[in-house]
Amino acid sequence: MDLNYLLQLFISGMTRGSIYALIALGYTMVYGIVQLINFAHGEIYMIGAFTALIVATVLNMTGMPGIAVFAIAMVVAVVYSAAYGFTMEKIAYKPLRNAPRLSALISAIGMSYFLQNYVLLAQTSDFVSFPRLIPKFRFLEGLGGMLSSTQVIIFLVTAVVMVLLTLLIKFTKIGKAMRATAQDKTMALLVGININQVIAVTFVIGSAMAAVGGVLISSHVGQINFYIGFIAGIKAFVAAVLGGIGSIPGAVLGSFVLGLTESFGTGYISSDYEDVFAFIILVLILIFRPSGLLGKSQKEKI
Amino acid sequence: MSESILDAKNVTMNFGGLRALNDVSMTIRQGEIVALIGPNGAGKTTFFNCVTGVYPPSAGTISITPPGKSPEVINNLLPHVVTEKGLARTFQNIRLFQNMTVLENVMIGRHARLKAGILGAILRDGSTREEEQKVIHDSYEILKKIELEKYVNELAKNLPYGAQRLLEIARALATEPFLLLLDEPAAGMNPKETGHLDDLIVRIRDTEKVSIFLIEHDMSLVMRVSERIYVVDYGQLIAEGTPAEIKRNPVVIKAYLGEEVNA
Amino acid sequence: MNKLIPELKKSFVTALWFAFLTFPILVIKVNTVRNSILWRWGNLAAVFVLTMALSYVWRRLLEKRARGERLFDLSGLVPAKLRGIELKSVFAQKKNSRAALAVLLALAVLFPFVAGMYQTNIVTTALMYVILGLGLNIVIGLGGLLQLGYAAFYAVGAYTYGILNTRFGLSFWIALPLGAVLATIFGIILGFPVLRLKGDYLAIVTLGFAEICRIVLENWNDFSSGPSGISQIDRPPFFGIKLSVPQSAIYLYLITLALVVVTVFIVRRLENSRLGRAWEAMREDAVASEAMGVNLTIAKLSAFALGAFWAGMVGVLFAAKTTFINPASFTLMESVLILCIIVLGGMGSTAGVIVGALVIILLPEYLRAFTQYRMLLYGSILVLMMVFRPGGIIRKVRKSYVFKADGQVEGAGHE
Repeated sequence: MDLNYLLQLFISGMTRGSIYALIALGYTMVYGIVQLINFAHGEIYMIGAFTALIVATVLNMTGMPGIAVFAIAMVVAVVYSAAYGFTMEKIAYKPLRNAPRLSALISAIGMSYFLQNYVLLAQTSDFVSFPRLIPKFRFLEGLGGMLSSTQVIIFLVTAVVMVLLTLLIKFTKIGKAMRATAQDKTMALLVGININQVIAVTFVIGSAMAAVGGVLISSHVGQINFYIGFIAGIKAFVAAVLGGIGSIPGAVLGSFVLGLTESFGTGYISSDYEDVFAFIILVLILIFRPSGLLGKSQKEKI
Repeated sequence: MSESILDAKNVTMNFGGLRALNDVSMTIRQGEIVALIGPNGAGKTTFFNCVTGVYPPSAGTISITPPGKSPEVINNLLPHVVTEKGLARTFQNIRLFQNMTVLENVMIGRHARLKAGILGAILRDGSTREEEQKVIHDSYEILKKIELEKYVNELAKNLPYGAQRLLEIARALATEPFLLLLDEPAAGMNPKETGHLDDLIVRIRDTEKVSIFLIEHDMSLVMRVSERIYVVDYGQLIAEGTPAEIKRNPVVIKAYLGEEVNA
Repeated sequence: MNKLIPELKKSFVTALWFAFLTFPILVIKVNTVRNSILWRWGNLAAVFVLTMALSYVWRRLLEKRARGERLFDLSGLVPAKLRGIELKSVFAQKKNSRAALAVLLALAVLFPFVAGMYQTNIVTTALMYVILGLGLNIVIGLGGLLQLGYAAFYAVGAYTYGILNTRFGLSFWIALPLGAVLATIFGIILGFPVLRLKGDYLAIVTLGFAEICRIVLENWNDFSSGPSGISQIDRPPFFGIKLSVPQSAIYLYLITLALVVVTVFIVRRLENSRLGRAWEAMREDAVASEAMGVNLTIAKLSAFALGAFWAGMVGVLFAAKTTFINPASFTLMESVLILCIIVLGGMGSTAGVIVGALVIILLPEYLRAFTQYRMLLYGSILVLMMVFRPGGIIRKVRKSYVFKADGQVEGAGHE
């Protein structure tokens, strides 16, 4: 067996997994708190990528160094995606807090259509190339091109985001409020937690992470269009369910399982069936563990 | 003494490391009204769940003897099969079909006693039509017995709380059980409604020829209607006897009050 | 008037927020090839003015909704003479509702002979979605099983006819039941592994199955001709006579209409049967329904199977109508579209599903005047409908009964 090839597939799987994780976390956090499949979450990721593209192109003309442009574009993208996530929640989900769950799902689907076509009309339907912003790191040359500098940035940024998220959820006041709300909304309300605020913050954080994922993957792949959010959204949703939807470590684990499965499946079997591997692993895992890898099996009290 | 219809022998139920029931044995005889009491979390509902097939017990056997039939073990049967065999239950946290009408709720109870399949439903042949007419009629008659007929076309969720509890009983009766298991039928009822429930339970036993096994926290109700009482605490059976015996039993008093009472 | 200032302030803040929000995407247009930037300040002004007005309307509507008022009072449009008459009570009488249905059906039959081929084709498509909606309504609306892979069964039907017709010359009328039966079998096969799954887990697994089917169709060239699809599928012949294209459009319209009538008839009967009640009980409370004697395995599998049946049938129709099929017609968005139909129309309600299908399919067609904005509008309409009428356009009315003193049924109210 070619060890080099194996390692390469592993790295590429981990790269995919990192991106999926950044999006899946938003899915799973929102689900944990409002039990809503936020179908439009992928669109937020797409908007992040587009915002970064626009900012980066404008800044590139000023002759700023690439890595600085990258950093600024990332920050602006995060701010804007968070703002879109916040606004989306206010318009399409908040009024539906007490409506049947399917109504909220349809509303999310409507929002997804809206945002896709908004970007399509305001920008373009074509693929646009994303500027190369991350310079080639010298120290990677020794590895014989096994690891690109973009991949290094992806791993670093994902790791930092995960650590920050963990700290936020474990140790801050809002993190505690989020955990309490996820456990029992009524009780959280009774002990004085502002549910609306918790939900809004959850959307903001989830959207910000999706934007990070959007900017990273766009730099990696090199081109974007208005439709990238939809596919990424479905994959991330699969990852979140695989890990046990509502569970934060589950979303991360699910994402890496999914990324590696896809990478090894396409590498060793056939690249035509890339998405089939994703769904087969999902179906298999759910048949044997109906609440996902780390999801708590919800024993109903009878 | 009449013959037994439900025999639970040495029933144990473990949830992971937690032992919810430990070696519990109980017997219900035909025509009896028996109560199962105990502090919260003692394992009463768990026992009901084991009997009705919600989960199979970890150890022990549960067998039934339907009137006029031979005994059989029901340990590993699914809930709907247990219902077909003639055991019916209500739920402590009301579980009605909220968005269906009161009549439809009772009609669902008739499910196991009807035959129509997919083809019958589509072709609506003579026998299916007859069956449908009959189920509507029968369900209405059951509602009349429980005095819920004025709500017949209401959605279940729009009923007052007490009426919802009664509808659970009506729905269970519609399955034609020989043993009716009531899980806290008086919970949330006002004293007037509870008093009415007393009569109803006794009347159901007398007119419908069903035996009744009930979990209840309202001691005055338990003492008035039941002929025998089982007491569980921490998953253990701690006492059995007539209401008068249970009232005097020091172990029971201790379980309820948490200390020895010098009577 | 003292309310005016705070209202203006609120609108102003909202408008500012949206101006900020839309700034990069609506104002700046970059050309990454030529590295040039186009600044579109006009858009910013438009967004500001529009959101200023819309935010006021939005707040008023939300207030009305909170007070439980009608959003738009249309009673002024009804002539004074008719105001006292309740439509519901008129149609509650069987005689009247039957007559209305007969008139409606007659109009529907005449429609293709009056309208042009374009219109006929659009309405045929809408009618196909009526059947799809009614089928999926069995699974989701009645059974409460969130199935997101419905398009797969639709594909089974379409490929059954496509492959058997082009390779073996199988006729439409044999393929129609065959496609439906094959889809049913598929429904049952898919049903088994997902019996234990609930809610959203069920949704994602059914979605996964459908995607697997689609990708297999896309890649298994020998079987399905891959992404290029199967073309030159026969239109249904009229008793052996080959029809011209416009004739064939009318013929297919009439076949579809007939199948809609059959579907409505059968679905209504299923709904009001022992099985239909079991489905609804399962949706309301699976644990309680099981305790009442409902066999959940049978209830779930039969809901999947009967839902898939109609999808398979419409698949055959679809292949016969377009004469060309490829995997792109059976994506997740297709399943989602059908889901939108039943939720928008009114879950569980037959009339609602019919209206939902007509609205969802015809609306984008007639919005073509706004060609490029139509999907944008479509998305907004979905959101607005859900916010202001989450129960759908037509809500399900449950059957009610009147009893005589002796307990005999005196009459039954209808939907």
